[in-house]
Amino acid sequence: MAIKTRNFNVARQQASTNIELIWWVFMRVSGVLLVFLVLGHIYMNNILISNTSIDFDYVASRFSQPLYKVYDLVMLVLAMLHGTNGLRYIIDDYVHHDGWRNIVKYALYFVVAVLITTGTMLLFSFPFNKVGG
Amino acid sequence: MRVTLKVLRYNPEADRAPHWESYQLEAEPTDRVLDLLHNVKWDTDGTLTFRRSCGHGICGSCAMMINGVNRLACKTLVQNLDTDTITVEPIRGLPVEKDLVVDMAPFFQAFKAVKPYLINDDPPPERERLQSPEERAVFDEGTKCILCAACTTSCPVFWVNGTYIGPSAIVNAHRFIFDSRDKGNGERFKALSGGGGIWRCRTAYNCTEACPRDIPVTELIEEVKRAIMVNYV
Ligand code: HEM
Ligand code: FES
Repeated sequence: MAIKTRNFNVARQQASTNIELIWWVFMRVSGVLLVFLVLGHIYMNNILISNTSIDFDYVASRFSQPLYKVYDLVMLVLAMLHGTNGLRYIIDDYVHHDGWRNIVKYALYFVVAVLITTGTMLLFSFPFNKVGG
Repeated sequence: MRVTLKVLRYNPEADRAPHWESYQLEAEPTDRVLDLLHNVKWDTDGTLTFRRSCGHGICGSCAMMINGVNRLACKTLVQNLDTDTITVEPIRGLPVEKDLVVDMAPFFQAFKAVKPYLINDDPPPERERLQSPEERAVFDEGTKCILCAACTTSCPVFWVNGTYIGPSAIVNAHRFIFDSRDKGNGERFKALSGGGGIWRCRTAYNCTEACPRDIPVTELIEEVKRAIMVNYV
């Protein structure tokens, strides 16, 4: 059946793909994982150690262990994608003008891409002293 | 008893925005809100505009927001409301045409989009297409829908989103998706999978509370989500 639509956005809305199903499942799976990851993160950085005594040496010693790098990378990516998709739902709800909706969405995607990239670079550019001099 | 009936009125030819108007009425506890509206229309102000047909909770014409909850005016008794001040507003999220009458076209468009009729191209058998009582029971709840729009217009996603297909359309899709004689699931899943489709549902449960036919709307929506998921995964 041909798609009969007036513009690109309407066409995309009517196109039948599973992408919305996949994001819906992702929100649930990432949400469940985040419960444990975030609780573990709080336990390690606020209870095992007082958050006022977190300094460069503490962070450096953490990031020298590959397991922490993986832990933080998974949490970073899941939280970012989960939060971004949640904001996408909200933008779709409240920003009705096609042009503005696209501008707001792509601004969001840009910021998130920058955050994930810089966060990942930070994790994998340890030891910092060799990078920063 | 004396009751105060407050109606959110709107005349597109005279008013810029809807406004409240109050009417003092003598009412029996067993009067329906529909009777109060009739009293105003017949005795006080003939311009008061609202829809009703059957008066017996089966045609789905008279859904309105009564004391903050979507209900049928013909099924709501004064004594059910536990107050002598009764507010009546049009159902939300659809354009108001006049007083309590809203434009139902977007609602019925969503209904049509899920193809709410039997789809089965197999040559019909000599007699009827047989179905066991158990197979019939699976989709029983959905058959109770009277298309009054109380559920869809109670849904916060429907209010704000502008493209969301709404709980009523999903209930009517459920009616056929789970019918053993029907073969149209592919087409219906397509209609439900787009940007304004079933995945916009956030399980607010307003629809379940609003349904005047006591259909467990949210449960049926979750059953359809599961059916689509199992089909694709
Ligand atoms: C504690 C673990 C978390 C769980 C179990 C969780 C679970 C969920 C679920 C299931 C949804 C989908 C709701 C729906 O579609 O009905 C959702 C939406 C959302 N989540 Fe999370 N989430 C968690 C953490 C987070 C974090 C850390 C963020 C921010 C980075 C976040 C931001 C959002 C946003 C913005 C939405 C969209 C809200 C909406 O649709 O109105 N969540 N969450
Ligand atoms: S008048 Fe028919 S349902 Fe109320």
